[in-house]
Amino acid sequence: MEERRKKLNLNRVPMPKQPPETRRLNFEEVALGYTDDLARLEAERCLECKKPTCVRGCPVMVDIPDFIGEIKKGNPEGALKIIKNKNSLPGICGRVCPQELQCEKQCILAKKGAPVAIGRLERYVADWELHNGRRSIPEIAPSSGRRVAVVGSGPAGLTCAADLARMGHSVTIFEALHVAGGVLVYGIPEFRLPKRIVQAEVAYVASLGVEIRLDAIVGRTVQVDELLSDGYDAVFLGIGAGAPIFLDVPGKNLNGIYSANEFLTRINLMKAYLFPEYDTPIKVGRRVAVIGGGNVAMDASRCAVRMGAQEVFVVYRRSEKEMPARHEEIENAQEEGVIFKVLTTPVRFIGDEHGWVRAMECVQMELGDPDESGRRRPVPKPGSEFILEVDTVIMSLGNSPNPLVPQNTPGLETTRWGTIVADENGRTSKRGVWAGGDIVTGAATVISAMGAGKRAALDIDAYLKAL
Amino acid sequence: MFKIVDKKTLSPSTKLVVVRAPHVAKRARPGQFVMIQIDESGERIPLTIADFDRRAGTVTMIFQEVGKTTMHLGTLRPGDELFAVAGPLGHPSEIALYGKVLCIGGGVGIAPIFPIARALKEAGNTVLSIIGARTKDLLFWEDRMASVSDELIICTDDGSYGRKAVVTQPLQEILMKEASNIARIWAIGPAVMMKFVCKATEPYGIPTIVSLNTIMVDGTGMCGSCRVDLKGETKFVCVDGPEFDGHLVNWENLLMRLCIYREEEQLALNRWLETTQGVIAAGGKA
Repeated sequence: MEERRKKLNLNRVPMPKQPPETRRLNFEEVALGYTDDLARLEAERCLECKKPTCVRGCPVMVDIPDFIGEIKKGNPEGALKIIKNKNSLPGICGRVCPQELQCEKQCILAKKGAPVAIGRLERYVADWELHNGRRSIPEIAPSSGRRVAVVGSGPAGLTCAADLARMGHSVTIFEALHVAGGVLVYGIPEFRLPKRIVQAEVAYVASLGVEIRLDAIVGRTVQVDELLSDGYDAVFLGIGAGAPIFLDVPGKNLNGIYSANEFLTRINLMKAYLFPEYDTPIKVGRRVAVIGGGNVAMDASRCAVRMGAQEVFVVYRRSEKEMPARHEEIENAQEEGVIFKVLTTPVRFIGDEHGWVRAMECVQMELGDPDESGRRRPVPKPGSEFILEVDTVIMSLGNSPNPLVPQNTPGLETTRWGTIVADENGRTSKRGVWAGGDIVTGAATVISAMGAGKRAALDIDAYLKAL
Repeated sequence: MFKIVDKKTLSPSTKLVVVRAPHVAKRARPGQFVMIQIDESGERIPLTIADFDRRAGTVTMIFQEVGKTTMHLGTLRPGDELFAVAGPLGHPSEIALYGKVLCIGGGVGIAPIFPIARALKEAGNTVLSIIGARTKDLLFWEDRMASVSDELIICTDDGSYGRKAVVTQPLQEILMKEASNIARIWAIGPAVMMKFVCKATEPYGIPTIVSLNTIMVDGTGMCGSCRVDLKGETKFVCVDGPEFDGHLVNWENLLMRLCIYREEEQLALNRWLETTQGVIAAGGKA
């Protein structure tokens, strides 16, 4: 009894990280992950509740205490099997899920101290698999003879495809870019999510029998209606919300002003940080302003630091408290020297005679009454205008849905924001067509997209069985 | 991977490649383009589809060697493979029966203007064409353009072939003579050429369609690197274009944005020339 009491540690086992002064200079992963010993130590903290609340916090309902129990026993392979029953992409989820709002928020220990580091443990298990080169393939149901087309290879599409393949359906993923992974490859930087992890998880999905067709742009190369008439029994649209929003102020098209999507795509997908080893160039000046306060803004500002910018500002119109970015990412950015200019918004960009941005005029804001979203509305303070000299600007104000598929698919109902209308199982207004992830919800999280892919897979399976 | 099945040299710096890409050939229409990437460390560049053969599953692209990627592409031979070919992208040209139309192709722009002129001719239009280049060596497809044009004017800046003129000179003459007969104009070529064509036609109010060749990364509307200012409204060339009403285009901004990576482009080219020349020299010795 005494022994057991001593073990209840209210502090989580810290995860080793690259120190800020080193990691500012490289694109390697910041968080280094648990060792076997650290993982077991952290796993020991789990009380293995009879009615685990953490599972309810997980959008794909991973059997958390069960897999942690296996880690306690020193059996990561067993832990992996339990996770992969529900989640095909643990290496990714363990890294990029906002666990503080999901599983870890529901952990019973959170009432007294730090919740069990579920995300770190999930990541440990996934990394163990990669490190040991052992891939466990789950049971696959006998072939149903049905074919499903999954459009987009981001988190929603990969999850939906993996689940459908396990149910015995023949699945083809159509991806517009030359690499599969969606935002996992073009959006989230290497230092937060190494691309070898993404490629390993994509390879896992392919190992379930899923065919991945690259360079295939649905809406241009092939239409949804053609897929339906060409022998696919169902279509899942996991096409994301990938169209950038630009702040509509004078000078927005000056040279040196990027959308975060362009900036991150050049760096992550095209590896412009390795120019001229890689052919895609990028231009990062000495003083960089990133406009916005979400995770994408943190990613962009931290990339700019690594590209050698001397001063990087995050310019956000509300206060730090309202920032939608994960707390951990804000902290990482601050440690790396990113300067936060909150309650500030640009009103125009000022260029030189060659069309390059040189400065932006900003105005200070104060918070007024709450708006529709419940957050206090920022109001400009008259007379507070000032000039911030910058030579690179990255706009990170969110994304809207790409209109290519909706425009070219008759009978597919969309909202006035361009998102596809779908019920909780992903069923759209068009027979045989499902949708899930950001194209339905607008820009959200990796795990919520995976949850949508999972629910759609179940519903598609039921539909196919009834055909 | 996408196999190169044919390659031709049209001028010392203009080359043609025919690539096997059945998924593109199946749907390609005049005015559309593809994004290509030569190898895994390569960049993605847009190339207009100059021709396509649905039965053979091939698309033809014509390009001018202006930097690292296009020069590298120029060294490839039939049997070599491209890492990525994605498309067809952008909206097709709006082909209809307009009456008398004018097609202007400058330099490498002769390639993309050809399928448009051909489609316009097939739609029953009277097609008047002007093609031009700096010098005789840079001209190509005179015969193909002649075969789809009711009248073809050829000019070179230095007078080495055809008329000694830039394309806007015969254009001005046509406008003065019969502006009211011209229903629509297409102009494809260097941005500066398209800008001056639009300036010339604007006073006559003739709809002038240009095909913009801006910097692109993905080509599917997700980044906005190709954005263009149309009288205050921002459009993406890759999904909203590539063809636009040239009278709405903010040409100054477009020309400035084309220069963003000038230094990096030079650096990449120099580095490539050094390494390839090294290889050629080493091969020579062996």
